[in-house]
Amino acid sequence: MMNQMHFLLPLAIAIPLGMGFILPLLGRKFTRLADVLANLTTASLVVLSVLLLISNVQLGKPAVYWFGGWQITASGTIFGINLVLDGLSALMITLVAVVSFAATLFSSRYMDQYTARGKYYGLFMLMITGMNGCILTGDVFNLYVFLEIAAVSSYALVAFGCERDELEAAFKYLILGCVASTFVLLGVVLLYAQFGALNMAQLGQRIASVEPTRGSILALLLLLSGLGVKAALVPFHAWLPDAHPSAPAPISAMLSGVLIKAIGVYAIIRVIFNVYGFTDQLGMTLMILGTLSMVVGVVLALNQWDFKRLLAYHSISQIGYVVLAIGLGTPLGILAGLFHLANHAIFKSLLFLSAGAVQYRTGTRQLDEMGGLAQRMPSTSRSCLVASMSIAGVPPFNGFFSKLLIIIACVQAGRWGFAIWAVIVSILTMASFMKVQKYAFYGKLKEKWAQIREVPLVMRYSMILLAVLCLAMSLLIVPGISAAVLEPARDALHQGVKGYQEAILVLLGSGG
Amino acid sequence: MTGMTVIVKTITRWTAALIFLYGAYLVLYGHLSVGGGFAGGIILACSYVIMILAYGGKETIHALPKAVAARLDSIGALAFLILASLGMFGGFFFSNWIRDIWPGQQFRVFSAGIIPLANIAIALKVCVSLFLIFFILASLRMTRKGDKIEFRSEEVD
Repeated sequence: MMNQMHFLLPLAIAIPLGMGFILPLLGRKFTRLADVLANLTTASLVVLSVLLLISNVQLGKPAVYWFGGWQITASGTIFGINLVLDGLSALMITLVAVVSFAATLFSSRYMDQYTARGKYYGLFMLMITGMNGCILTGDVFNLYVFLEIAAVSSYALVAFGCERDELEAAFKYLILGCVASTFVLLGVVLLYAQFGALNMAQLGQRIASVEPTRGSILALLLLLSGLGVKAALVPFHAWLPDAHPSAPAPISAMLSGVLIKAIGVYAIIRVIFNVYGFTDQLGMTLMILGTLSMVVGVVLALNQWDFKRLLAYHSISQIGYVVLAIGLGTPLGILAGLFHLANHAIFKSLLFLSAGAVQYRTGTRQLDEMGGLAQRMPSTSRSCLVASMSIAGVPPFNGFFSKLLIIIACVQAGRWGFAIWAVIVSILTMASFMKVQKYAFYGKLKEKWAQIREVPLVMRYSMILLAVLCLAMSLLIVPGISAAVLEPARDALHQGVKGYQEAILVLLGSGG
Repeated sequence: MTGMTVIVKTITRWTAALIFLYGAYLVLYGHLSVGGGFAGGIILACSYVIMILAYGGKETIHALPKAVAARLDSIGALAFLILASLGMFGGFFFSNWIRDIWPGQQFRVFSAGIIPLANIAIALKVCVSLFLIFFILASLRMTRKGDKIEFRSEEVD
């Protein structure tokens, strides 16, 4: 029974896509119904993704779904478009589902400040569609299409407040995002022109069959820089510190928590590991980009007084950790990178939600205007403390274990310099979050905040859920649990081009 | 937007209908010859766009009210998704389940299973989306008072 679960694979795209068009129709009149339906949708996606995660472990190999039943023919021709569920995509869609569930739960009260609830949920669902599609697809052109769905809906969501700053940030994001998407499209076009294939497995096979040509290298560069903008790696990061703080808090949580990973980091590592094949040069590029993001992000974050802007700079820095670790290319490095990616999705979305909760009650994002809020908002303060300790790498929270693994992996690979940078950045991150805690939640309660109340119950639940996950995800370090979740994801990347092709081009393998 | 001179309006009245007809032809015969949902939908939208240009937004929005267009937009997309999802009963998402019941014939309009239906759904979505985008761009005015930005539609809803 569980082996047949991949039959449900297209539902991960179809459910949010359908709801993305139903909710705007309903949201005009029935606001509460739209809330309930949006939460049910994300809850069903959590269930679906957990089922897919379990079935992937039981199956033990990637599952391939051909749309419309257009399978590979006996002679090896590919007509159809496929979805691929391997360990990495199963891990990623679970993350997207969990974070989006927390975000919709939070939205159901937070979005009371805004109008047009139906349109908000519609765009939100389309963003999930784009991310799920990006993660599951096994075809470079569809990767671009889904990337655009996720990106375009996120441009609109950043501008959702329609105030001056939000429009400016969204416009900047739109321009940079469009240039990046064009780069990605141009890369795909160049690949198709040379190799006549769009299916990732087939493309990988054809790229490997010839010596690297100028065209294929140019395509790789275009893909790397285009997707690098989406992942906000330094030097492609300029849009992120404006765009992420300007969005409504649940959207910031989605953007920083999963969007930059799903359409940025995931797409980069999929292209590098499963299409082009990992080489030491590419690994070095990733490591340098990662370290640069790590250091630049945290240094810029230190001086920020806007709560959400500070968090946005930390997103750049933490993504740097992920890319550095994956760039090592060793099994432990990839495992550590993916572990940190999963952890960052949880704690960064929690941090953005708590920043949103503070803004919901006080109406400000400036840290120096807050103070002593722990007395008036105990739940928010505690969950924010948990997330801060996770990101700063305090045991026993999840961030500690993944950072530790990253540093061990660097040392094991003989990259002492990168290990030292990782330690230094970790210390600076801690300093930055001590500042957040001191100015926002502890210290003297200001006179004007003496009357504020804790945020509504559903918003608290959403934060507590993520805070519990911050602690629970430390368990992924335990070998048995890691074997079920992280190791299949690592294997999907570490088996490289060959492993990916063998899983997908089943008939090609036997037919020659 | 009060529209253009009477010459332009008269010519537009004749051509808009022909453009609409050509769009509909491309949609319905998309599975037999060139064209299809997207191309046909764009041409259908063009017939509305030319009306906005000649008559102004106020007249055009009577022909296709904004609320109706917004609903049709969602319905078109949903119809396409439902067609694809029904394929899951035939075994696969997007599988051509009508063709299994009622085999297609070459060069016949009523054949090819879900493809013409999918073309119609796409055309609906593309046509009203493009119309709405053009209408919003043509009728929305942005005013700025100090730090406050306001958007206001010139037309009545």
